[in-house]
Amino acid sequence: MDCNEAIHQIYHYLDGVLTDESRAAIARHLDFCPPCSGGYHFEVELRILIAQKCRDDVPADLRRRIAEAIGHELPPPEPTV
Amino acid sequence: MPFMGPLYSAALRMTRNPADAEDLVQETYLRAYRGFEGFKEGTNLKAWLYRILTNTYINQYRAAKRRPDQVDLDDVEDLYLYRRLGGMEAAMAGRSPETELLERMPESDVKEAVESLPEQFRMAVLLADVEGFAYKEIAEILDIPIGTVMSRLHRGRKLLQKRLWDFAVENGLATGTGPAR
Repeated sequence: MDCNEAIHQIYHYLDGVLTDESRAAIARHLDFCPPCSGGYHFEVELRILIAQKCRDDVPADLRRRIAEAIGHELPPPEPTV
Repeated sequence: MPFMGPLYSAALRMTRNPADAEDLVQETYLRAYRGFEGFKEGTNLKAWLYRILTNTYINQYRAAKRRPDQVDLDDVEDLYLYRRLGGMEAAMAGRSPETELLERMPESDVKEAVESLPEQFRMAVLLADVEGFAYKEIAEILDIPIGTVMSRLHRGRKLLQKRLWDFAVENGLATGTGPAR
């Protein structure tokens, strides 16, 4: 497997959707190819960072408002026997 | 109210408006509460909630349907950011690339970069990379084929990397030719 092919499949590898055979082939390539291996590890880190930076504080009273709104709902109907 | 934090964040990325995001989350929980009989015990509650969130967003908040945004991604190669951060060269020299640059990037820029993605890409990237859903779950949440998920995700990630790089250059964290020293 050459670098082009490995890079082409790198996202599928990351997403865990390859067959065992393909996954093994890419893993082998990453073992012996520092640039591709670096790229893979970079993508792993990038993904973690994006998730971390896309967090938001929930407004303090949103929970309360929603709880109130649900409280005003009629209870769900009883299951018919 | 399980997953309130993540749902609220997802709502913000979708609506790009805090007031709408709050309404969207509230509406989602109300619908979940009303429709809870429809939830199959033992299946993925998070995916079920996200499906309600997404459907509610599409039905109530999304602007009238336009042509999908045309985006030219021909010159955005895979591993775009890694390459621009000198990753290839660093690896050959036994070093790691400059992930520090990414760590220093303000949250607001990352959020803005995600929010700037055309909607079909944004949804896929949000669900996969921020929320960690699998392709199959994303396909069910968005009600699209898995092949479409993969395609939108691939293109969405490329575009996101390009946007992040543009922010980095704009902020002086990087020059056009590499990380700023």
